[in-house]
Amino acid sequence: MADHHEEEQLGKLYDAKAARRLIKYLAPYRRLVVIALSLTILLNLVRQLGPLLTKWAIDDYVAPAAQGALALNSAFDGVFWLALAYLGALSVTLAVGYFQDVLLNTIGQRVMYDLRAQIFGKLQSIEVSFYDNNPVGRLITRLTSDVDSLNELFTAGLVEVLGDFVLIAGALGMMFYFNWKLAIVSLLVVPLLWLATMWFRNGAREGFRQVRTKIARLNAFTQEHISGAPVVQLFNREEKALQQFSDINAAHKQANLDTIFYYAVFYPLVNLISAVGIAAIVWYGGGQVIQNAITIGTLVAFLQYTQRLWQPIQDISDKYNVFQAAVVASERVFRLLDTPDKIASPDTPQLPATGGRAVGRIEFRNVWFAYKNEDWVLKDVSFAVEPGESVAFVGATGSGKTTITNLLMRFYDIQRGEILLDGVDIRLWPLETLRENFAVVLQDVFLFSGDIASNVRLGKDSIDDARVEWAAREVRAAGFIEKLPEQYHTKVRERGAGFSVGQKQLISFARALAFDPRIMILDEATSSIDTETEQLIQQAIERVMADRTSLIIAHRLSTIQRVDKIIVLHKGEIREQGSHQQLLAQRGIYYKLYQLQYKEQPSEPLRAAGD
Amino acid sequence: MSKQVRFSSGRAWLFFYLNKYRWQLLSGSLFVLASVAFGVVLPRYVGHAIDDLKAGNVTYQKLTWSVLIIIGASVIGGVFLYFQRRTLINMSRYIEYDLRQDFYGHLQHLPLEFFQHQRTGDLMARATNDLGAVRQIVGPAIMYSEQTLFRVLIILPIMFRISVKLTVILLLTMPLVTLTVKYFGHQIHVRFEKIQEFFSEITARAQENLTGVRVVRAFAQERSERRAFARLNDEYVERNLDLVRLSAVFRPLMQFFIGLGFVAILLVGGRETAQGHMSLGEFAAFNLYLEQLIWPLIAMGYVTNLIQRGTASLKRMHEIMATAPSIADGSEADHALTEIKGKIEFRNLTYRYADGPPVLQDINLVIEPGQTVAFIGRTGAGKSTLMNMVPRLLDAAPDMVLIDDHPIRRIPLQVLRANIGYVPQETFLFSERLAENIAWGAPSANAEHIERAADLAGLADDVNEFPKRYDTILGERGITLSGGQKQRTAIARAVIRQPKILILDDSLSAVDTYTEEKILTRLRDVMRGRTSLIVAHRISTVKDADVICVLDHGRIVERGTHETLMQLGGQYADLYERQLLEEELAAS
Repeated sequence: MADHHEEEQLGKLYDAKAARRLIKYLAPYRRLVVIALSLTILLNLVRQLGPLLTKWAIDDYVAPAAQGALALNSAFDGVFWLALAYLGALSVTLAVGYFQDVLLNTIGQRVMYDLRAQIFGKLQSIEVSFYDNNPVGRLITRLTSDVDSLNELFTAGLVEVLGDFVLIAGALGMMFYFNWKLAIVSLLVVPLLWLATMWFRNGAREGFRQVRTKIARLNAFTQEHISGAPVVQLFNREEKALQQFSDINAAHKQANLDTIFYYAVFYPLVNLISAVGIAAIVWYGGGQVIQNAITIGTLVAFLQYTQRLWQPIQDISDKYNVFQAAVVASERVFRLLDTPDKIASPDTPQLPATGGRAVGRIEFRNVWFAYKNEDWVLKDVSFAVEPGESVAFVGATGSGKTTITNLLMRFYDIQRGEILLDGVDIRLWPLETLRENFAVVLQDVFLFSGDIASNVRLGKDSIDDARVEWAAREVRAAGFIEKLPEQYHTKVRERGAGFSVGQKQLISFARALAFDPRIMILDEATSSIDTETEQLIQQAIERVMADRTSLIIAHRLSTIQRVDKIIVLHKGEIREQGSHQQLLAQRGIYYKLYQLQYKEQPSEPLRAAGD
Repeated sequence: MSKQVRFSSGRAWLFFYLNKYRWQLLSGSLFVLASVAFGVVLPRYVGHAIDDLKAGNVTYQKLTWSVLIIIGASVIGGVFLYFQRRTLINMSRYIEYDLRQDFYGHLQHLPLEFFQHQRTGDLMARATNDLGAVRQIVGPAIMYSEQTLFRVLIILPIMFRISVKLTVILLLTMPLVTLTVKYFGHQIHVRFEKIQEFFSEITARAQENLTGVRVVRAFAQERSERRAFARLNDEYVERNLDLVRLSAVFRPLMQFFIGLGFVAILLVGGRETAQGHMSLGEFAAFNLYLEQLIWPLIAMGYVTNLIQRGTASLKRMHEIMATAPSIADGSEADHALTEIKGKIEFRNLTYRYADGPPVLQDINLVIEPGQTVAFIGRTGAGKSTLMNMVPRLLDAAPDMVLIDDHPIRRIPLQVLRANIGYVPQETFLFSERLAENIAWGAPSANAEHIERAADLAGLADDVNEFPKRYDTILGERGITLSGGQKQRTAIARAVIRQPKILILDDSLSAVDTYTEEKILTRLRDVMRGRTSLIVAHRISTVKDADVICVLDHGRIVERGTHETLMQLGGQYADLYERQLLEEELAAS
């Protein structure tokens, strides 16, 4: 029991902390919030008038204690005016209710906007390695569903709960004003209600967590099997997959059924407690009426007030569900927002004397790097690339070629040593300025949905149509693009479905060239491409390499032969450097790689990459 | 293949399930009725008590009786309320389970072309958000509607007995509530649909940004991405506020009309009581009855929203359900055919995607069982499309593709695919153990089979480097394989089935040539007597094939062995020479 209690305390602590932080998001809309809160208070105070008017009507006109004291005519006058007052209160409720609702939701939507923008912004600034460990689907949930459940909290939750509290306070005030003894008797059942609510909260919370876990599994499975649907079909796995799906689906259903139990018990329990409360009023209040301590009108008003009291209390527990969802969601959203950006611009950035547009000199000085712990991927790597030079990295898989380019763009930070661009440590460069100097063509070309032109310029509006077309022509992509019916406005679907690998590569070359980088990074595709396209691509490579520093993870001999320098990496170390001919003459690793891969493969381009 | 019945509309689909659970629905409804009936006891006895008090002939004993009856009725009503939720809401979870099962089951039978045109994010939105909205119809919406209905049916006659005049006046305000609900309900439906549409849009866009994170970063496009997202975010907020402006009128207006009821009781009921046409207890009870009607009347608005939203979602889900799995066993399927030998024939095969230009034209080719046939040609020549014809990932017109001299559609899909080992161009593995991924299409495979397949695919050495070897988990919760390891896993996955037909669609592209040669040699042994189709770009991969076909613009322009094609001096020889040229260049 003690443990349980402690857990409860912790939960409360956290709830409060998260709630406080959520409230901070309201700060920019302070004035609107104040207005909305005032309207809420006004609204719920006006709602108190009903029972009061009823009491007056009963005691003074409908069933006056002194029989026949008032003439019929004047009685109608009195009732009429009271009814009119009631109508007036209703009209105020209507108008205020409308404005309050619009206002609340506007605030809620604005806050959601801010949160989504903040989360999306965070996802743009957080280091790339974060994506290695966090599946995209999960991040999307943060951005969409989680934010939506926070919206529920703001609009349906917090303020309505506040309204409920005002309503409760108002009703209590009235009751104590009329007869404090009867008020206390009608409140005797509140501890029962409190206990019931506690029991419900604990049960529902655990149930709710279970449901969330199950739904995450369900979604992950669905997502994967939608993406892999053709593979499922090819291997006749439909039955098996459906079976697996059914298991996860059933677990989700069970978690929900478990949660329903708490709701099913809670609602009737609250009704019963409410009935006991009413019974207490009738019983004790009846006695008071007999003793002439209160009027019948007061008794009726008490009944109405308690009715008004129970509804909000039930609402609050009902809202607890919403609140709980929001807390869980906010917990996750805040955890994401609180994840520090491991890689960011320095506080006092520094630029070389020549400015932010790099001349293009790259130097690695005794660089050590590991993705994890001490599994060094690069060991004491040092080399320099002069402006305008082209360098090819050659080596087997895992030798660290791709890592070098990832480090240069600061997708990851190194553990020891220095990487310099134009003589300045890249960690001192403003991150954006640093990256603006690079353009990359990755093995796995990524196209965004939109059209071809938008894929070439990405978001950079300064690249106009003329430049897009120029870049496409320069890299020989124009050939196939201009044959398409809509040319540069041809729709590109998600991930570039519908374009061949070669076409996608040509588009990505055009993209790289259009950005006019100072340093070109090229992770050559291992040949998924036919010879014809291959030649186009070869020309494209030459074109984008011209006039700039180029780093190539090379798989093609034709490319390697044209570079100024070849760096041979082996198990994370630089083992040889030099031109193609020099390295062959050395008869070292490069020579061996070359021999191994060309001996019985006369027509094969050098595939230094292995796999 | 799918044995499911398809439904003409979303509604019919849903009714099917309501019918399936009709006993739950019926008993649940009875529980609702019972709990409502016992709820009426309270106002009645409170009224009696007040009348007694008014008359002044009250004793504590009498009061105590009333009080006990009130509590007793609440206990019994509460028990029914418990069962009401346990039956009706539970039923909605069962239906949710069934719908999800149906939806997923249907999805996995849809053809390749469907997935090429549908965004995953959009399908996911339907499988999650929309499904949730549909459940609301069969759960809370039904429960609250019934509650409303029964309360009105039970309470109204009681109210009539107390005062016809007052009840009639109240009945005049009720239709106002209904009309409000009806008008606003429709408008809300329209605006909500716009929001849902946009939700898919924003999800898909974000998904793309996150998947392409490296490109975004490398080109320093974070800021423009944020701007683009802000535009969508704006639009989303705007559409939500559109809905708010409407629903904000809806609720207060309803409450206003309900309040009119209390005004009527005060004015008319007050007069009637004063005149002695009804007792003070009845006057008080009348108030309590109306109080009992408030929640149902509000619930009606709530339920309308649920139903509007649910219907919109149901429509979206049904759109997918209505898409026929166009590739399935038809009436021509001959279930007596339980195995195939591996002869493949393309006869005047022409194929186009939707309204596009033909991607394959007049392909005529006969492949005998045991032959190895290679396809080479430039990107977009139609090689992958041709390969997709064999396991019927795509369907050409009838009689254009024949297996063992049967039109391909005569062979049950299950049989056809069970005999094909397919290694697609883009490798897709699942987040499961490596062993499971390899044995993916061969449920009966044991550890030994798995290791042999891995060895055959040149994967075994890599696996032995993994600490957990074949128990290594891949994907999101596990490790990421290199491109070459993925391809070789896919090859192992294909060969473990001991297929009659093996298809390698450019499946060695990320594997180094040394390993490639090893794999091809071993495959040659295993595939003796079986048919192999190999798509490649390198001469080295294809030159030992029995037949080499050169594809160009969807046609077979050359065919023969390496030697005959070299003699022919066409595209193949050209390709060879160009690759040779590169080699000479290299030697210089």
